[in-house]
Amino acid sequence: MQGIIPRTVFGAEHEEFRAHVRRFYEREITPHREAWEAAGQISREAWLKAGEAGFLCATMPAEYGGAGVDRYFSAVLIEEQARTFDSGPGFSLHSDIVAPYILNYGTEAQKLSYLPRMAKGEIIGCIAMTEPGAGSDLQGVKTTAIRDGDHYVINGSKTFITNGFMSDFVVLVAKTDPSAGAKGTSLILVDSGTPGYSKGRKLKKIGMHAQDTAELFFDNVRVPVSNLLGEEGKGFIQLMKELAWERMMIAIRNVEMADSILQHTVTYTRDRKAFKQSILDFQNTKFRLAEVKTEIQVTRVFVDRCLEAVVKRELDPATAAMAKLHASEMSNRIVDTCIQFFGGWGYMWEFPIARAYADARVQRIFGGTSEVMKEIIARTM
Amino acid sequence: MTWLPRPVFNAEHDQFRAEVRKFYEREIVPNHAQWEKDGVVPRAAWKKAGDAGFLCATMPEEYGGSGVDRLYSAVLIEEQSRANTSGPGFSLHSDIVAPYILSYGTEAQKREWLPKMAKGEAIGAIAMTEPGTGSDLQGVRTSAIRDGDEYVINGQKTFITNGQNADLVILVVKTDPKQGSKGISLLLVEATRPGFTKGRNLEKLGMHAQDTSELFFADVRVPVSNLLGKEEGQGFYQLMKELAWERLQVAIGAVANAEAALQWTADYTKERKAFGQPIANFQNTRFKLAELKSQVQVARTFVDRCLELVVKGELDATAGAMAKYWCSDLQNNLLNECLQLHGGYGFMWEYPITRAYADARVQKIYAGTNEIMKELISRTL
Repeated sequence: MQGIIPRTVFGAEHEEFRAHVRRFYEREITPHREAWEAAGQISREAWLKAGEAGFLCATMPAEYGGAGVDRYFSAVLIEEQARTFDSGPGFSLHSDIVAPYILNYGTEAQKLSYLPRMAKGEIIGCIAMTEPGAGSDLQGVKTTAIRDGDHYVINGSKTFITNGFMSDFVVLVAKTDPSAGAKGTSLILVDSGTPGYSKGRKLKKIGMHAQDTAELFFDNVRVPVSNLLGEEGKGFIQLMKELAWERMMIAIRNVEMADSILQHTVTYTRDRKAFKQSILDFQNTKFRLAEVKTEIQVTRVFVDRCLEAVVKRELDPATAAMAKLHASEMSNRIVDTCIQFFGGWGYMWEFPIARAYADARVQRIFGGTSEVMKEIIARTM
Repeated sequence: MTWLPRPVFNAEHDQFRAEVRKFYEREIVPNHAQWEKDGVVPRAAWKKAGDAGFLCATMPEEYGGSGVDRLYSAVLIEEQSRANTSGPGFSLHSDIVAPYILSYGTEAQKREWLPKMAKGEAIGAIAMTEPGTGSDLQGVRTSAIRDGDEYVINGQKTFITNGQNADLVILVVKTDPKQGSKGISLLLVEATRPGFTKGRNLEKLGMHAQDTSELFFADVRVPVSNLLGKEEGQGFYQLMKELAWERLQVAIGAVANAEAALQWTADYTKERKAFGQPIANFQNTRFKLAELKSQVQVARTFVDRCLELVVKGELDATAGAMAKYWCSDLQNNLLNECLQLHGGYGFMWEYPITRAYADARVQKIYAGTNEIMKELISRTL
């Protein structure tokens, strides 16, 4: 929907890129929606096509297979995916979270080994933090990687891992020193197929049905010490470094999702008649949707301001937490308001609003729960 | 408490802000309780504000102003809201009344009124609302019927800010009572005109130092040269022209007051103990304040973006409506939550939160009710 306040963050090159991405989703992603939801994952072919189109790891330097572009391009990719409600492809996690860890902390050999293939969609990356007993509180990680000569021996399990089932490697958060807390945490690259590393179920979820969220198991998995990402014991600090950006990715997605939800709702309420008039003409509909439009506009301006700051690497963690908190809570409120206007149809899976409703719920949970965001913000009072 | 930087203001604005803050601390805050008892701010305070250059600052120098941009007005509104002193109707006088005279007045009208207004020697008011007409201006019944070289005015107005003090009223009348909006004109009516009487200084829920009044007009005769604008019937359009800015003024005050209230509450909860610890340490307090801080930061960012647009003359009416509705709602919700955290003291007039709570309620009503704002926004769906 045309915003009331003009957006200033994107240039002409971003908008041109946006048009390409939009066409890609229309042609290559949305038509497969039902099949992928039934399969619980998207296809490898889709990853390869996204790679060919230049939509994976675009911000990585050209020497590692990327396009060396700024993060506004990532924002465009996130927005275009969000507006379709096609939550299956884990492209942005792969490109904007996993790849930067390798770029920032990897050795030249690691970068050359992983990044170009990731950019082509030939290998899929994931990151494994959460465990059955440790979510937002990363210090509680129990998976261990104990040094044994030139190897680490890994034991433990991870869960809720995005891209988990399809992934070809994982950036694993493990304790290399189980007696230390945060300081005992390290990041280790583990390739699929390494003996002892197995993938569990594709988890059934409220929403994001085409996303292959999985459990991962590590049973005496041996990897060479050269698979360590960065330094031993620095994992916690490495995970903190890009948190502002990672949270902004969620904020960006939620604003665009909300905007798309409003568009769907305006279209539906204009067409749908009740008591001899469009339900959009009832004052209740108009006022509720005016509130929704305002909430989205206000949040958009804030998130765009944060996006500018994060691209310049000037965004502080508390403000990023505000963006994540505010945008995800907003999208959840408005999808609930909007689905009501669809009546019974809103409850039917064939209507995109039903998918959006189901997908929205986890936005307040992953990337740090709303409660953790409040904790971070509360420290600045 | 930390906030995002506000690049909309430059060093000169900041210096001006420091002066305004000192003025409020010295001249306004210490006297406000007495003025609340009096129901009015004395003329002496107006003169001091005029001497300091805080009245009609955006008017051109040839008419007694400083010719500065509207960000200076924003600073004045913010500092008054922060000081929690709702009595002085300076911004209505400077940023609503004066601009009508500047925009539509004849050279003679401008020379007669603006320099006196800038000095605080003449106080301005604008009278739209009537006992039977609020947001729906087409229903105005006060009439001004041409009789030779004069208009004969009959009717009554109410809820008029600066009503008791006013030396000059911009009166919204029907010069053609048969017509709706096209029959509306703006007339300058001096307080000295025979037949013009000021009614009660109205008792209100809040804003006790603000002289909000009824005004009565019984066969009041003014020369036709008191018409504002070149021809009759333009009043409605004249009133529309600066609505976005007028509504943004409400939003600016709302956010500044909310920010101040959040600070008082953060301070209070750190001092106040319950069950052996400061109530700021309870998780409920921390999370509530974190939510409120996020909302204020979002609102502040939005208002600042609107200010950027206002200065460029590009603020859309819908954006003004969004800002007014969203920020006044936020202010009211925030004050309600913050008052709760003050416990019984929050109900006592000696605490600033109490006055702010009472004062804020009208922000959702005046300058167009928030329902009218939603009606306007809904037209863009």
